[in-house]
Amino acid sequence: MRYGRGPEVLRDLSFDLPRGSFQFLTGPSGAGKTSLLKLIYLAMKPSSGSISFFGQDTATLPREDLPLLRRRVGVVFQEFKLLNHLSVFDNAALPLRVTGRKRSEYAEDVAELLAWVGLGDRMDANPATLSGGEQQRVAIARAVVAQPEILIADEPTGNVDSDMAMRLLRLFVELNKLGTTIVFATHDLQLVRLLDAPVMTLSNGHLHIRPPRSQRLRPEPLESEVYVEDGPAEDEHE
Amino acid sequence: MSDRQIPPPPKGGAGALLPPDAGRDRPLFLVAAILVFLACIAALGARGAIVQAQAWTSDLETSLTIQIRPVEGRDTEADARQAAEIATEIEGIAAATAHGRDHAEALIAPWLGQDNLPDDLPLPLLVDVELNPGSAPPVEALQSALDEAGLAASVDDHARWAGAVKRAAGLARTLGISLLALLMGAAAAVIAFAARASLAARIDVIDALHLSGAEDGFIAQLFQRRFFMLGLKSGTAGALIAVIVSLLVSWGDTPADMLFFLPRWSMNPFELLMLGLAPLLSGATAALSARLAVATDLRQRW
Ligand SMILES: Nc1ncnc2c1ncn2[C@@H]1O[C@H](COP(=O)(O)OP(=O)(O)OP(=O)(O)O)[C@@H](O)[C@H]1O
Ligand SMILES: [Mg+2]
Repeated sequence: MRYGRGPEVLRDLSFDLPRGSFQFLTGPSGAGKTSLLKLIYLAMKPSSGSISFFGQDTATLPREDLPLLRRRVGVVFQEFKLLNHLSVFDNAALPLRVTGRKRSEYAEDVAELLAWVGLGDRMDANPATLSGGEQQRVAIARAVVAQPEILIADEPTGNVDSDMAMRLLRLFVELNKLGTTIVFATHDLQLVRLLDAPVMTLSNGHLHIRPPRSQRLRPEPLESEVYVEDGPAEDEHE
Repeated sequence: MSDRQIPPPPKGGAGALLPPDAGRDRPLFLVAAILVFLACIAALGARGAIVQAQAWTSDLETSLTIQIRPVEGRDTEADARQAAEIATEIEGIAAATAHGRDHAEALIAPWLGQDNLPDDLPLPLLVDVELNPGSAPPVEALQSALDEAGLAASVDDHARWAGAVKRAAGLARTLGISLLALLMGAAAAVIAFAARASLAARIDVIDALHLSGAEDGFIAQLFQRRFFMLGLKSGTAGALIAVIVSLLVSWGDTPADMLFFLPRWSMNPFELLMLGLAPLLSGATAALSARLAVATDLRQRW
């Protein structure tokens, strides 16, 4: 994939996102993480190659069908893309509004979700007046409000301290347990180490996929070992 | 940190998806209003010219003029009176009025001056003939009756003048309509340009909506509605100013020959309809160009 006439940013890569999986995406700054995610959330067409979604090849899909696919993918953008003329509530409710649903149908759900991410008392605020971490949580609320099947998070912990980063990661793990496929881009290897999840690493436009530790290490004793290693993160969630 | 005061967003989750365009659309509003105003004036002017020309040609077509040439040894005024009597006898003629020498002198006074006319200068005299409405001008019957009576008279059916007036009216109409078309084209172009600019300034909104799975029509609708209202408002303002100007023109003291090209207010259905349609047309143009601009932008995305 390339931007305009620029150099090829991503090349020769191929991967599957199994339903219900949790994948990390790492790589140095500028490696093309955001670019790869743009392909997944259908913001950009690959210059060559194909992307299949829920068993449908997007290259052959008519344009009119793409919005419906996009609604099955929630995105936390690296730069949030919050709308400053709308309240926190309206921002979070955006994906529901574009489907034409009425406010009365979703008002409670949105309020509940905002409370869940700790913004229950900031629903009428202007996003521009929120702290970076608060904006991040609005972006997360918006990404998950329509209960997408795939959740894509581009550096969702980029603007927060490690404590908040842990809490946000926990939130994603919760969503994953509820069945959402998650792609979590970060260059924070500390976070990556907290979970036993496959890690996709981008460098020089190539993708390297590392299976979860549980599958890398030899079977017998490791189940428990991995379990133990995962333990602290899991414990803190509860 | 020099943070601007950020206005509080609408509470309760019903904020408009497109932000209010405080001030940004004012130049567009103004230009569109001016263009609609000019278009209305052009249309009213063309319409006025057509109506005026119709009135004149129908005046000319329902009358004839008999010209009595002066002949040595004859009383031209008596001949004129006789010609009027002969004319009233003829089928299709309602009335005939013989004008005396005073009338003829008054007609040529602008060229020769009031006092410079020698009393014995032979002048042709005129007889105005009014026709019954609907009947074909009996030019030949009248001419032969006059010839039989031995009068040196010729009948003029005004065909030449009526033709000239009609040509002038046709020209005014063509001019008015071309002007109207040009102005409407300019208005559409300005509005389309503004729609594009407004779109560029709102690219974040389009981005967020598009990536949230909004259909193209949904996004286009937002801009379309916004621009329809804007076009409607500026069209209304332009049409209102046109009404005021044409009222002023028809009340004011305007030389008659200028009136031909100036819009005049007459409360006829055509003008009311046109002035009523102008804002709607302006709104529709704005909505359409906004829709096209959005569609073009969205098609460049995936
Ligand atoms: N819109 C664009 N137009 C042109 N080039 C772009 C564009 N976006 C990204 N690039 C280029 O593509 C390459 C990959 O950028 P990308 O944003 O995908 O990296 P990243 O891995 O997300 O980096 P970061 O960790 O800093 O967010 C960079 O070299 C960048 O300059
Ligand atoms: Mg990035």
